[in-house]
Amino acid sequence: METSKKIMLTKIADEIRLGILEGTYNAGSGHPGGSLSCADIMAYLYFAELNVNPDDPKNDDRDRFVLSKGHAAPALYAALALRGFFPREDLKTLRQIDSHLQGHPDMNKTPGVDISTGSLGIGVSNACGMAIAAKLQNKSYRVYAITGDGELQEGQIWESAMFASHYGLDNLIVFADANKLQIDGRTTDVLSPEPIDKRFEAFGWNVTRINGHDFDQIEAAVDAAKQVKGKPSVIVCDTVKGKGVSFMEDKAGWHGVAPKEDEYKAAVAEVTARIEKIVQEA
Amino acid sequence: MAEIGMKKETRVAYGETLVELGAKNEKIVVMDADLSGSTKTGMFKKAYPDRFYNAGIAEGNMVGVAAGLAASGYTVFVSSFAMFASGRAFEQIRNTVAYPKLNVKVCASHAGITVGPDGATHQCLEDIGIMRTIPHMTIINPADAVEARLALIAAAEHDGPVYMRFGRSAVPVVFDADTYQFEIGKGVELRMGSDVTIIASGITVEMALKAADMLAAEGISARVVNMATIKPIDRDIIVKAAKETGAIVTAEEHNIIGGLGSAVAEVVCETVPVPVRRVGVKDKFGRSGNIPELLSHYKLTPEEIVLQAKAAIEQKKG
Repeated sequence: METSKKIMLTKIADEIRLGILEGTYNAGSGHPGGSLSCADIMAYLYFAELNVNPDDPKNDDRDRFVLSKGHAAPALYAALALRGFFPREDLKTLRQIDSHLQGHPDMNKTPGVDISTGSLGIGVSNACGMAIAAKLQNKSYRVYAITGDGELQEGQIWESAMFASHYGLDNLIVFADANKLQIDGRTTDVLSPEPIDKRFEAFGWNVTRINGHDFDQIEAAVDAAKQVKGKPSVIVCDTVKGKGVSFMEDKAGWHGVAPKEDEYKAAVAEVTARIEKIVQEA
Repeated sequence: MAEIGMKKETRVAYGETLVELGAKNEKIVVMDADLSGSTKTGMFKKAYPDRFYNAGIAEGNMVGVAAGLAASGYTVFVSSFAMFASGRAFEQIRNTVAYPKLNVKVCASHAGITVGPDGATHQCLEDIGIMRTIPHMTIINPADAVEARLALIAAAEHDGPVYMRFGRSAVPVVFDADTYQFEIGKGVELRMGSDVTIIASGITVEMALKAADMLAAEGISARVVNMATIKPIDRDIIVKAAKETGAIVTAEEHNIIGGLGSAVAEVVCETVPVPVRRVGVKDKFGRSGNIPELLSHYKLTPEEIVLQAKAAIEQKKG
């Protein structure tokens, strides 16, 4: 990846992190941990990959995105706001009574949200439907989805995995955000979804496993997935829950708890300092 | 085509109508969960194989895929048996179809006790109750093949989710294919009467008409209303019946909790409180048996409707 592109994406990912912190802090609730773990993937998708247009969010030929782990809505909303789908100030209204930013994504309220999600295990099925729709119309758009790793405990994920390979949905790319934690603790202690890569392979998918915070690896994996014919692709992303805010990293306790004022200030200071450093060095 | 007096399965009308709709509208896609021979979606598969997707025995995924298709501009008919369509896939229907108000039409066959010998696990008596609690949902329970066809055409044009219920067995055609008009949300007065109103839907409509004949022979004037749309329910026709006849009997092939009887009682209680008696399955599971035995065992008969009609009239007199 070109250095300038990597710098841009690194900065955007941290700006998404600021949006996540701002939204959950003002809401007093929400899911910072799993939002932060997928901030880099989200930055790559909305600033280097997806063919979407904020001025025409419902365009028939656009790439589709499904946030199957819908509780990471703060990350999606931050990416959409930064990409220009709605004003960045809206992020402060997350989860408030009259806000278009619901606790989990709502396709009828938020510009740029392609499908309502939130109940785990359903999003890959939705993405399969969108991928079939592209094939039925001979359209070249692709469908991208993000699942969690805890989410892979849902049986429906494997129903959709069977479906996608049976129908050869090679226009579908799923990112499994393997941040290793779920509400009750380590995924491997609660009910292990591992080996995630081998399981998807057995279901007939093209599989790569990467560091989900490394833009070179994300780019290489996405580019390779786009060359695959006849099978869906999953990119298993090893990530850190709470990534980018040191005191939130790898702590299950930050799954569904908003930062308090002092925590919010400390987190914003840390991320802002990193952004300033990126700008200075560039 | 279906002619009055002949017997035909509503699910066969479903398969035929899907083919008819598919010819007119290329945005119609059909999915099934390994029951395409029974639900009759196989007829569509034969006509339009490119627009048919078998999801295998995985109803939750089927509904999720349908939602993705609908979010991409398609109208998707998904089918399974009522038990699995409404039960197994309830949460997918609620969260990924009804909440975003997508054009997925859940068409469930083999509803009610008339599934017969398969027994309780396959005799769904709860589906209308389950679906009725979901906002944005429209519920239609056609009485015969003629109404099934018209209801499907209306469902395809309706913007939003629909749950439609078909039986396994052939049922008598009661409506004239040339003149019958169907509108979502409108009940139809099949017979006028002044002493009591029988409100029925699905297979009980024919029973209600028989019961009205039996009551007439005893000098009792019974009105018969076909309530094919259970949600949104036709409040006006219920209020009119309550005012004009003062007593109501409902008849349904469903648990008396949550279905047509409950829906009618809710309207009556809030508007013109008059006696309402519910004929249906009284909070029990089904069992194996042949259809006449089952209908008799669960008291889903014209005789039971007559009995309850007389009881409602007595109640009204005080």
